[in-house]
Amino acid sequence: MMIPLSYYLILSAVLFTVGVIGVLVRRNAIVIFMSIELMLNAVNLSFVAISRHLDSLDGQIFVFFVMTVAAAEVAVGLAIIINLFRNKETVNVDEINIMKW
Amino acid sequence: MTVTGFFFFSIAAVVLISAILVVVLRNPVHSALSLVLTFFSLAGLYILLNAQFIAAIQVIVYAGAIMVLFLFVIMLLNLDKEKRVGEKHPLQKAFGIAIAVFLLVALGSIVAAGVLYGNKGIHTDAKVSAIGNTKAIASLLFTDWVLPFEIASILLLAAIVGAIVLSKKEL
Repeated sequence: MMIPLSYYLILSAVLFTVGVIGVLVRRNAIVIFMSIELMLNAVNLSFVAISRHLDSLDGQIFVFFVMTVAAAEVAVGLAIIINLFRNKETVNVDEINIMKW
Repeated sequence: MTVTGFFFFSIAAVVLISAILVVVLRNPVHSALSLVLTFFSLAGLYILLNAQFIAAIQVIVYAGAIMVLFLFVIMLLNLDKEKRVGEKHPLQKAFGIAIAVFLLVALGSIVAAGVLYGNKGIHTDAKVSAIGNTKAIASLLFTDWVLPFEIASILLLAAIVGAIVLSKKEL
């Protein structure tokens, strides 16, 4: 039995929504970052499912590039979080308001 | 239920439960560990989708490299459990979940409408299995996609330099 494409897309949509909830509700910067990774993975799942559905490999190559960008993003983002913690002694995003005028 | 269906639904359940745990658990280390579980089970879904190369780099890059980075940073920062007191915005949770539900309905209606279509490619399952998934991806990556591939390497270099510059106290 082939799993229908829509099952994968629904799973990916739910996964993306869980990530969105994490970004909107949590206040720990690291957990927010992990939720962003969840959203990236949800999109990756859509890419792979649709690429299978369309008999094409381009989706998988896109996932490869998304992973590259995610790795770069995590390295820089975590460095920023470490810097914030050094300056403010917190990773709670409610207390990090130095860019607020 | 067929074997494929059984695997799909059980892996999908693990993906969803561990993803929800990432958001719900209050200790960041526990969140990170359940994120590792999410990544592993997503690799299982990629295997079901005949994307073995993606499954392998999902485990190596995401579950291996990126999550180790996360755990190291959590260890360095020595975070406590998120405190419940001092919520500055009491409506934040309600609004966040409302927006997310709206988004889910929007995404679900797109999937339900079935408006997604595209031209079929040439890489059918049989063709890809004949030469191997990794080889097929590699031959595309080094021909059609060679410029983005090189740009990705420059991006990684920039990220390395950026991470070092940001985390060094003084240059």
